[in-house]
Amino acid sequence: MRRLFLTSFSLLFFYGVSIAQNTDGVEMADALRSSGKIYVVVTVISVIFIGIIAYLFSIDKRVKKIEQKK
Amino acid sequence: MKKNWWKILASVLVLFSIVGGFLFHVPAKPILNESIRNIYFHVPMWFSMIITLLMSVIYSIKYLNTNNENYDLIAVESANVGIVFGILGLITGAVWAKYTWGEAWSNDPKQNSAAIALLVYLAYLVLRNSIEEEQKRAKISSVYNVFAFPIMVILLFVLPRMTDSLHPGNGGNPGFNTKDMAPELRPIFYPACLGWILISIWITTIRYRIRKIENKQQSI
Repeated sequence: MRRLFLTSFSLLFFYGVSIAQNTDGVEMADALRSSGKIYVVVTVISVIFIGIIAYLFSIDKRVKKIEQKK
Repeated sequence: MKKNWWKILASVLVLFSIVGGFLFHVPAKPILNESIRNIYFHVPMWFSMIITLLMSVIYSIKYLNTNNENYDLIAVESANVGIVFGILGLITGAVWAKYTWGEAWSNDPKQNSAAIALLVYLAYLVLRNSIEEEQKRAKISSVYNVFAFPIMVILLFVLPRMTDSLHPGNGGNPGFNTKDMAPELRPIFYPACLGWILISIWITTIRYRIRKIENKQQSI
């Protein structure tokens, strides 16, 4: 399960990175992206989100254990 | 593990929306600027709230039909989760509004009615806590829930459309207007909505299972 999760996530991540190289006349956050620092934010938020999801899974497991004891 | 596939799907979809939401190309609009990306995070909160509250009313009706206590427990817990997501939607909306509309709370019709809708559901919880007897509590609050849901729908989707609102898609009759959202936002927006809806249902199931155990302990 964990491996499936990780591979699908990394696939999506690289897909995202490859599409993200877009520039228009209007200056949006291109500077941040070119310096590569927006990726830091994305990584941080992803880590937080993965952590919360892992936590949710562990709560789920714990409830299941208590349910089975009954 | 096989039963958990939708939880993994939910996590992957939201992760995708986080990565894609920050990195993919978005239309350049004045005032909104990069904050247009908020649509991937703010709007799914509301969608999750609506779906969990829909679940809540469905299980309330089921309870009234069958008198099965468990249905009532699902109804409360989905309302609980729905309220949490609604509050998150309200806060994220206020932050977004502060930097685009100028004020965190500009008495926009949709903001006001979203707040009222939340109050309607908070009243549901208060009502539940005020009744001691279990069957009575379940029955009265189920009936209240059946009335609360259509009120929420009217508050969120009908009343704001009858006046001018700062929210896009309000005022006039947008229906399924294709101009509302730039098509390039959709490949991330829809997965984000589905992902967050599934996560809200997931949290609901966990809360329901805990509630069921507590309920059993109390009755022993």
